[in-house]
Parts: sequence; C-alpha cells; structure tokens
Amino acid sequence: MSENIGKIIGVNGNLLKVEFSVPVIQNEVAYACVGTGDLKLKAEVIRIRGNTAELQVFEDTVGLKIGDPVEFTGELLSVELGPGLLTQVFDGLQNPLPRLAEECGFFLQRGKYLDPLPRDTKWAYTPTAKEGDTVIAGDTVGTIPEGMFNHCIMTPFNLQGKWTIDKLTPAGNYTVEEVVAVLKDEKGNTKNVAIMQKWPVKMPIKCYAERLRPTESMASKMRTIDTFFPVAKGGTFCVPGPFGAGKTVLQQIMSRNAEVDIVIIAACGERAGEVVETLREFPELTDPRTGKSLMERTLIICNTSSMPVAAREASVYTGVTLAEYYRQMGLDVLLLADSTSRWAQALREMSGRLEEIPGEEAFPAYLESVIASFYERGGVVRLNNGETGSVTIGGTVSPAGGNFEEPVTQATLKVVGAFHGLSRARSDARRYPAIDPIDSWSKYPSVVDEVKVNKARKAIRDGSEVGQMMKVVGEEGTSIDDFVLYLQSEYIDATYLQQNAFSETDSSNSIERQEYVFGRLLKLLDTQMKFEDKDKARSFFQQLTQTCRDWNNSTFNSDEFKQIEAQMTKALAEVSDYAE
Amino acid sequence: MQNKVYHRIEQITGNVIVVKADDVIAGELAQVNSAVGTSLAQVIRLENENVFLQVFAGGRGIGTDAQVRFLGRTMQIPFSENLLGRVFTGSGKPRDNGPEIEENMIDIGGPSVNPAKRIIPRNMVRTGIPMIDVFNTLVESQKLPIFSVAGEPYNDLLAQIALQAEVDVIILGGMGLKHDDYLFFRDKLDESGALSRTVMFVHTASDPTVECLLVPDVSLAVAEKYAQEDKRVLVLLTDMTNFADSMKEVAITMEQIPSNRGYPGDLYSQLAARYEKAVDFEGSGSITILGVTTMPGDDVTHPVPDNTGYITEGQFYLKNGRIEPFGSLSRLKQQVNDSTRDDHRAIMDTMIQLYANYKETLEKQSMGFRMSDWDSKLLAYGERFETSMMDITVNVSLEDALDDGWKILADCFEPAETGIASKLTDKFWPKS
Repeated sequence: MSENIGKIIGVNGNLLKVEFSVPVIQNEVAYACVGTGDLKLKAEVIRIRGNTAELQVFEDTVGLKIGDPVEFTGELLSVELGPGLLTQVFDGLQNPLPRLAEECGFFLQRGKYLDPLPRDTKWAYTPTAKEGDTVIAGDTVGTIPEGMFNHCIMTPFNLQGKWTIDKLTPAGNYTVEEVVAVLKDEKGNTKNVAIMQKWPVKMPIKCYAERLRPTESMASKMRTIDTFFPVAKGGTFCVPGPFGAGKTVLQQIMSRNAEVDIVIIAACGERAGEVVETLREFPELTDPRTGKSLMERTLIICNTSSMPVAAREASVYTGVTLAEYYRQMGLDVLLLADSTSRWAQALREMSGRLEEIPGEEAFPAYLESVIASFYERGGVVRLNNGETGSVTIGGTVSPAGGNFEEPVTQATLKVVGAFHGLSRARSDARRYPAIDPIDSWSKYPSVVDEVKVNKARKAIRDGSEVGQMMKVVGEEGTSIDDFVLYLQSEYIDATYLQQNAFSETDSSNSIERQEYVFGRLLKLLDTQMKFEDKDKARSFFQQLTQTCRDWNNSTFNSDEFKQIEAQMTKALAEVSDYAE
Repeated sequence: MQNKVYHRIEQITGNVIVVKADDVIAGELAQVNSAVGTSLAQVIRLENENVFLQVFAGGRGIGTDAQVRFLGRTMQIPFSENLLGRVFTGSGKPRDNGPEIEENMIDIGGPSVNPAKRIIPRNMVRTGIPMIDVFNTLVESQKLPIFSVAGEPYNDLLAQIALQAEVDVIILGGMGLKHDDYLFFRDKLDESGALSRTVMFVHTASDPTVECLLVPDVSLAVAEKYAQEDKRVLVLLTDMTNFADSMKEVAITMEQIPSNRGYPGDLYSQLAARYEKAVDFEGSGSITILGVTTMPGDDVTHPVPDNTGYITEGQFYLKNGRIEPFGSLSRLKQQVNDSTRDDHRAIMDTMIQLYANYKETLEKQSMGFRMSDWDSKLLAYGERFETSMMDITVNVSLEDALDDGWKILADCFEPAETGIASKLTDKFWPKS
C-alpha cells in the first residue's frame, strides 16, 4: 500500500481531478479506488497544477465519487520485458487477454490487472557472460530458449556507467523474478539483474552503439511494394487510405509475409474482428522461413475501438517498447500499428477534456511532435556487441473522408520513408492492393534494378496520361501507338500491380520470382508491337492478361509455369513487329 | 442518505442541470420532479460539490426549486421473455398500452467483449437479395450500416432484410424516427407475424433528445442478454445519424470543444462502443447489427458516415433505390463465400469489374464518342446487370442468382473477355 494518497475532487468522463499533499510525478501511475477500495482503476497523471493533479483513467469511471482516495505509485507507465512475451495477446496496458478470459469469461472486467509475464513459469537459463566481465546497460548475461529464438537476458537498460559482474547464477530453471546476476561498480555498490526487467513505455531504449541508415530491403512478397514502393529493414512507412480501401488486409498480408524475425501487431482502436482473424489463423499457418507456426514469431497488442480510449494511447507505445526490446537481442522486428489515427484521436479526446487550446481539426498542437517521436523509434542499430537489429514501423492512417490533407496524414508523411497511399478509385474498381501507383513513393532501394523500375513507372504514368486524355478525346481521337501505351499500362496494372490476396500462390511472391516476372514484363514493354486496329490490340491484351493471371497462379518454375510462359512468348512473337 | 432530496438547482443549460450534493457517484441516476412532471436524469460530471445532471425529458419547464432525488444506481433496463412483442421508449417506459416491466433489471452500456474470446464469423445470413448474397454477403455477428440519403427506401430495405433473414430475435432501435416510420415498422413486422419475436425501443423525432442517446445502449444490452441465451439476434438501428446529432447537441451544451463540423472529438469511440457489441458468443448466440446512417447531402465524407465506415465491417450504399455495387462492401464476405460455391468469388469480382467498365463506356457515350464493338457489348451487359441483379425487391436463392450471373455473361461476352480463369469457365460457362 502506497503512502502517497490523494483525494478525488472532480470527475469528467475519464478525467479525474485529484487533490494531493505529497509530491507527485508527471506521468506516474496511480490507482483510483471505487467505494470501499476493492476495485482500483489504473490511471496516469497527465497534468499538475498547484496541488491538483489531473489523471486520465484507463477505464470507465462510473461509480467514482468526490472524496474517493487515489493511490500514487511513484512509477511511470511501464511494460514488463522478459521471456514469455511472444505468442501473447495483450491489451494496451500489457494485460494478457487470454488469461483474463480464463478468469472473467466473455467480458472484460474493470479494474482487473494480471501480471503480463506469468510468475510461476520456469525458464531454462544458461549464463553466457563470465564473472568479472565488465558490462554496461543492455549487455547480455545469459540466454533462455523461447520458441525459435535464444532470448537474451540483459542488464537493466537504465544502468549508468560501467559495472563488473560480481556473481553469476549457474544454469538452471528459474522464474522471471529470480536474480541471475549481481553487478558491482567501482564504489562497491551492487545491483541485482533479474530475468525480467521493466521499462517505461514512453522512453526509447537507447542501449546501442550507433544508428545506421536503413538500406537492406524487407521483403513483403507483394509485387507493388517490393518492386515499386519498397520498405527497408529499420525503415518507416505509412498506409493512409479511406475506409474500405484495404488497409487492414494489406497489414495482415504484411504481418504474414514480411521477412523479419518478429512481428508485433498493435491493433489500436480498430475492429476487434480483425485481430481475431490474426489470433485464430496464425497458429494454423506455417512460417515458410522457419517451418514453425506463424504465431511463434508474433505478438499482438490489442486495444480495439470499444476498449477504453486512454489505454489506446498507451498501446502504440507498449508495442514499440516491446519491439525495441527484441531489437536489443539483434533481431529484426516489424511493428504494425493499425491505426495511428485512432491513437491521434485518443490524444484529441484527452486534450479536449483538459481544455487545451485546439489546433487544426481540434487535434492538439503537439500532435506533430508526438507522431514524429513515435516513428523515430524505428531504425537499424549496431549494438554494443557488433550485431545489428532493427525496428521497422508501419502505421496505417485513417484520414477523415479519405482526404490526405488532414493533420494526422500530413504529420506522418513528414517523418516516414515510404508512403503507400491507397486510393478509393482503385478499390472501387477492385484493383487490389489499392496502392496508388502514381502518388505513392518510397525513399528505400527496390529489390529489382532501379533503372528498370523507372522504365515501368514511366510506362504506367504514360499509359495513365493517355487514359486521361482518352476520356476527353475518345478512342477515335487517340493514335494506335498511344492506345497501345494505354493497354500496356493497364496490363502492368492487371498482372503485376494487382495481386490476389486470397489466392495461395499469387498472394506471396518471392523476390526471385518478382525479379524474373518483372524481367518478362520489361521485355514486353521493349517489344515493338503492330496491330491492324484498336479492337485487335484490345483483344490481344485481354487474352494476354488472362494467360498472365493463370501464370501468376502457377507455382514458380513448375511445369505449368514454364508452359504458360512459352505460350505467352509465342503470343507476343505473333504481334511483334520485327520488320522495322 | 441516498434518498435525500435536493431542491436548489444552481444552473440550467439546455438539458443539463447542476445541483450541489454530496456522496453522488459518477453515472448515478436521479429522479427530477418539477412543475412539468417527473423525469430521470443521469450524472455526467462531478466537480467538487457540484453535480451535473443530464435530464432525460429535457430542461424545459424545470424550475430552480425542482426536486432532485438520487437513486443510488446507474441506468438499468428490465430483461425478460415478456419484452417480446412490446414497444418501449429509450428510457424503458412502455410505448404501447401494455404494463410496465420491472423485473430482472440489467445494466446498460456494459463492458466490451474480450477480443481473445471472439471467434471468426462463419455463418452466412441469407437475405434473398442478390446484391447482398452474391456481391456483399451478410455474415452472422457482422455490423453493417446502410448508407443512404433522406428519401431513399432505407427503412423498407431494413424491414425486408429483417423479414427474410434467418434470426431468432429482432431488436429495433429507432432514433429520431418519424412517427409514420415507427408505425410502418410495427405494421410490417406485425403483418408477417414477426412482431412476436421483436422488441422495439423507439425514440421519435418529437421525443426529448437525451432519450435518443439511450436507444442504442438499451437495445444492445437486451440483445446481449438474448444472445447469451443462445439466440441469434438481429439489431436494427435507424437512424444512427440522429444519434450522433443528439450527441453533438449535448456536447455543445456542455461547452466541449467540437472537432469536425460541430461533432464531439469522441464521436468515433462513441459509435464504436455501440457497433462493437456485434459478436458471436462461442457455444451460444450472436448479435448482428444493421444500422442506417443517412448522409447529409449524400456526402460520404460527412463525419458520421465517415467514422461509421471505419468502424463497421463494410456498408451497403443505397442510392436511387438500388444497392450500389461500388460504395458497398461486406468485409466479412471472404469468410463465407469460399464455401458457398466454387464460382461465387469469380462471379462476384468479374461482374463488378465489367460493370465498372460499363460505367466508363456510359461516360464515353454521353460525351458522344463512337462506340467500339467492345463498348456495345458492355452496354448490353450493363443493362442486363442492372435489371436482373440490382433489383432489391426480389427474393432469390444465392445459387439461382449465380446461375443468372453466368447466363448474363454468356449472353454478352466470350469467355476470354471476362478474364475468368479457364478452370471455371470450362465448368460453368453455359453451353449454347
């Protein structure tokens, strides 16, 4: 029981005003006690004025009354880091949802907080450091096998200066709370290192030697992304789009296919149903890289739209902190946040209750800096032991009315390295993924040769211009050469940009396949074609499109694949104009 | 203590009154007696000894000497089998001439379902309307709004779906309904004998605003109880835009900073809290929500339809008496349409893509361009599609609708022109 107790003097939605007499810390966690104190609601201090603190409560505040006590804990909002995180499903405050369901049934219960990491599980620990070694913050002292990884047990990230390992616990089975090493500094101070450590979510973990530039591609197996708008390991990207344009499907495919070690999905203020799909399907799917269940590399933070708003704000930080923790072990982590707009809205709701002066669309004035500092937590780093690790961050944005000129999208675009803008026109025409091939951009290197990509880009742009023009002057006003340009760009769209997420073969294309297929595509662009009239040209491309779709659905380098390819080569030869 | 009566009102703004009182809990209910009658009120804010109360019947007619008695409980609604066939107001008072029900009171606005307990939706809800069954299949536990503008037959569509869909209990939540529309629903359900499995919570346009805010919560609280008793429940909410407008009204009265076109900043969270009640309880019943969202000025970027679209699992876009294939989407259709028939997905995608091409051709035609052979084919196709597939008053099975689809395609195109994989055209293309 904390000594530090305040008294409620105001309740407005989930904002509490609390009178206190002893020191309180900005952003510290407190518990508001309902009635007799059996029910305690977690809250965070967000503003202090005189002897009044304002707290956002992470739960519904029904039942609180003036004069009810509030216990201050003196700790910032933190997450527990240690083995047992992977495969778990947490809410925004790191409450384990499956275990909560076991205890409370179908519904979430207010004021019920469980330990994120089970306290009774024993882990097989092996020390890797030696007694007498000098360590600094974030150095590994031992490992624990967790799923397919060796989970590193590290010295506390907040350790200051150099310490020596005084005592090491021998290999054996321990629970997360047990001490595995004792450190000593020059002055003779000692410090215990337990398997588990805590870290405040709003502070980046910075125990690395240097940050590097993200250059290595992170394959997503999606042709549009890897070839045209690639994402690098340690890079950041955003996916804004109106509702129904396929943001979430895109993220789900990404979480399934991305070539990284660990995927953290932060479902922030979105539909619960979408998380459930991941939750129920991933254990059944195998990761082609390791042959094990996809769930073994996945961690879900789930604060869906009907769950308390304040915890939604915390959930993206919880996600990124866990990502940084795994990066410290030299792993590549992908964090997918869906959707950052909901998080921004949570900030807006709180800002409104605090009666702050609103910025654009009533978002708080500090929105931009908050978004920037979140994305800046991504990156590739060289760790102190020479290994590299990365956190790649991808956030969806749900702009009001699908209009990208709104504060959240604009603030995000300033800080990300790739922009996958989804367009309503494409999704209406069922051209999925609906990533706009003309407006989107990426600052990272493509998996295929940049010169070739630019050629294809130009073909798409030229074709689309002809298409625009044709709307005005009609088909008869368009020359056959221009018309072929248009058909070519439509062909690239239909057979390369579009990818059927529900077809097993087509939904994920290896880099090797992408390079090969893209090469074929370029050959087509380089071929001079001759047609008698436009109808002939159109029917040729229709036929070729259908054949190529069959090709996309055949296994790479299988007999069927080669057979269809031969068919296409033949068809192309028939219309080639070798005479010139 | 709890029943102490306060009779000094400090402040009256719109529907919100302020009294000085002790020992009041957040969310508590109170009874307000004034010259114009008795009304319930709910605590919405506490500030030192000031208690802010939202009066359900509105602030009009309340004197500074009105009596306020706190009830020591939060908002509740009765739940029993006797609710079926009855009509209530938003605060749970009978609207028909039946007796008041006060047994087995349950809380409204309860906690949300643990995501870890949810399951993947798996049952298709057959409606007999091809634009829904074939192109945007409705799925049990789905939440779907009908986007529409005033004047469209959205309530007719809602009623038709309610009658044709296979469910155990129907709960109708009417918000800001015209009195005629309320009678329309009642009569339509009565005619088909569905009234006996229906509970109605109706707020009409002339009723106090605050009661409108309660309608979704009471409807869904009752639905949740039925669903836990192994019933498949369909909740119809019309019109959610009125609900949002009531929220706006209250927020502005409370001097909250508006975010977008006057709506409060938590519009999304508020709507989501209601729609997310749609659920399939494993081993028990389910809740499917169909709402109506009218779009002022047919503007889908208006804050209410816009926020709704981000919450719901798709939408039916009703325009000119037809469910538009482009704006409409059922996000859950992929969960069920792979197990209906092999050709379901192909027909769904192809017919829409061709219809999109038809629309482009129409545009070209209207600008007076020469029509190519391909254009003529598309024109013929588009007309067939509109007359036979887009009619919403029919009742045909999914299988028949798919067969119709193949027939239309075969009458208008060669197999290769449709872009459907040869495997399927070999099997399903009608032999002439």
